[in-house]
Amino acid sequence: MSAKSSSLWAKHAIFEKHSSILLLGVLLVISIGGLVEIVPLFYLKSTIETVEGMRPYSPLELAGRKIYLREGCYNCHSQMIRPLRDEVERYGHYSLAAESMYDHPFQWGSKRTGPDLARVGAKYSDLWQLEHLNNPRAVVPASIMPAYPWLAETKLDAKHIADDMKVLRLEGVPYTDEMIAAAQDDLKTQSTTDAADGDALLARYPKAQVRDFDGNPGTLTEADALIAYLQMLGTLVDFKLYDNKANVR
Amino acid sequence: MPTAPAKTRTPEKSMTDGEMALLIAFFALALFSIMVIAKAHTQAYAFHAFLFAAASIASVFAIGNRYMDRPAELPPQTIDGRPNYNMAPVKVATLLAVFWGIAGFLVGVIIALQLAFPVLNFDLPWTAFGRLRPLHTSAVIFAFGGNVLIGTSFYVVQRTCRARLAGDLAPWFVVLGYNFFIVIAGTGYLLGITQGKEYAEPEWYADLFLTIVWVAYFGVFLLTVLKRTEPHIYVANWFYLAFILTIAVLHLGNNATVPVSVFSPTSYIVWSGVQDAMVQWWYGHNAVGFFLTAGFLALMYYFIPKRAERPVYSYRLSIVHFWALIFLYIWAGPHHLHYTALPDWAQTLGMTFSIMLWMPSWGGMINGLMTLSGAWDKLRTDPVLRMMVVSVAFYGMATFEGPMMSVKAVNSLSHYTEWGIGHVHSGALGWVAYISFGAIYCLVPWLWNKREMYSVKAINWHFWISTLGIVLYICAMWVAGILQGLMWRAYTALGFLEYSFIETVEAMHPLYVIRAVGGILFLLGALIMAWNVAMTIRRAEPDTASDAAQLSLAPAE
Repeated sequence: MSAKSSSLWAKHAIFEKHSSILLLGVLLVISIGGLVEIVPLFYLKSTIETVEGMRPYSPLELAGRKIYLREGCYNCHSQMIRPLRDEVERYGHYSLAAESMYDHPFQWGSKRTGPDLARVGAKYSDLWQLEHLNNPRAVVPASIMPAYPWLAETKLDAKHIADDMKVLRLEGVPYTDEMIAAAQDDLKTQSTTDAADGDALLARYPKAQVRDFDGNPGTLTEADALIAYLQMLGTLVDFKLYDNKANVR
Repeated sequence: MPTAPAKTRTPEKSMTDGEMALLIAFFALALFSIMVIAKAHTQAYAFHAFLFAAASIASVFAIGNRYMDRPAELPPQTIDGRPNYNMAPVKVATLLAVFWGIAGFLVGVIIALQLAFPVLNFDLPWTAFGRLRPLHTSAVIFAFGGNVLIGTSFYVVQRTCRARLAGDLAPWFVVLGYNFFIVIAGTGYLLGITQGKEYAEPEWYADLFLTIVWVAYFGVFLLTVLKRTEPHIYVANWFYLAFILTIAVLHLGNNATVPVSVFSPTSYIVWSGVQDAMVQWWYGHNAVGFFLTAGFLALMYYFIPKRAERPVYSYRLSIVHFWALIFLYIWAGPHHLHYTALPDWAQTLGMTFSIMLWMPSWGGMINGLMTLSGAWDKLRTDPVLRMMVVSVAFYGMATFEGPMMSVKAVNSLSHYTEWGIGHVHSGALGWVAYISFGAIYCLVPWLWNKREMYSVKAINWHFWISTLGIVLYICAMWVAGILQGLMWRAYTALGFLEYSFIETVEAMHPLYVIRAVGGILFLLGALIMAWNVAMTIRRAEPDTASDAAQLSLAPAE
């Protein structure tokens, strides 16, 4: 090793003899990339755009989303349609940043063992979704998805959902005091067909789908919540009205 | 820090500050956990609080017993002028690495079979693919890989600094605490407790506990480096330090969550949508870059020169590739988000730096391979060295494939497909696992004072069986991924999409079966290793020459 013959190489000894300088050097070097790539995302127009139609999840949808996370659906399903011809034709309009603005955490996924779900809402009937969750091969014979028969049999445990909403509000999701106070009622209302106070719910959560989702009225199950979540995915933004020049990215 | 008293008078036995503090901390944690059990929002969370309580109480007893049994004086730093190395935590971490490796490979085989034969999901919550897949990734990356990294780093830092590991209880807290975190994380997934962030699934309380363990790990490692009697910090330790420090930063950034309540397992990450996506893959790709690359390059820089009995090929190359690697890696995250709602400039930066990353990666590969200069003949006779050299070759292959896949045009085809899974496994099986197996085959005889592994023939079998497994695995996934990508974008002459999604799923079946066979072979190889390790500890010939032959490694200058 001829390090001594060159003064430049010899200078590296300072890192090798002082662990604190080595640590500082590492910390500095690893900070740059992350800062440059992450910090602007909190300021740029294209990443903090607000799009007509986006609203926070209703309590039932939020509870359904928790089940989606719990069962690890993101391991096989993405929620991010890329602006490529085949994807737009297969799944619908490419996904906007704003469409996941209230997603803590994001669920874009990284693998499509199954199809993308960003716009699965309203593509299939509730009954299809229920059958598919109970036994995927009953409706799609070649499916390799696991069956989730316990969802329709398990009562939804969402007595703390208002606490979840409070935490999300702390993190910037615009839940109002009214929404939080009505959370428990909204759970029941949204899962009831022809509910009496459906209009109040719709005023709080426009475009929310209000009905019994699992064909088992009177009992609020995990299947109700998950199907309510799936049926709203990608349905909030009206792309007939969306101006894609407003937030050029 | 407890240090051995310089005088030879027998002092009165008393607890060290560390013993006292840990006793109080574990006692308090036990009480707190019991309170949480009573008010937990879910049964699964109550179970975890019970595990915390049980482990805390066990720790209180273990520390108490250890204190009663130990002599008044703590072990000396040196004996007859030679460092008195503390290898017991290394032994435990090494055995746990073997155990978790097999557990992780086994779960991998199970989920591979589930994709080929969905009936194996058994229609039960805790056996469904969605819960088992995080168990597999965490078991192989964090449990197997983590124990290898902690074990080898504690070994290497002592040897290359010629100093006893810092701390008395601290190294034990690191090894056992880390493995307790693994148990909490793994059982959590099965019970449905998850943050829903890939490779960062453990919930807030597991993350918090890991943070404490990691700070202790950093402390033990750094204080040992500070105690060194060698003037220079050896190159392997640069990589270990960069790995420990960067993982701490990434862990904190990607797990910035607000829990709903101390009685609830649920928390919500402060980031959302596109910002969360960027933070996630800043974390995710650098878990690859610093956990699975920098950490294991440290293994390469210690075990290959030791085994080949040759100095590291180039000191200058190690400097250049170290700094370039850690600088460039941090930028590469956005290549996981090509064509998404992440702004184009960020995607382009991610792609550009990923391509640049090819160079320092191959710098490391060249430095590892060329260390064999003049010792290539050993590949014929020493299967351990062969395993490590093949691992470096896989490292080179995976770090070429990665930059290629980060090119947007390629990525538009490869993203979301099995190609990604294939790529990850050529790195994980070929590079990470093979360099780990090589290190384990080196360490076990050294730690238990044996001349060699019990059966060199079995190492050969392990090598060939698992190599065949890797080849089957990655070839199947290449074909599957490219097939899938092409089928998704195929159009008929009339301009319609040619295949429905389910047709692309059906096309995967034979390839999923081949992949599962590859995984089974890899698992078989690891079982052979476990048998060999057990036999070595119990039966192998003791090493009489012991430390005499200890090659003194040149410091990195």
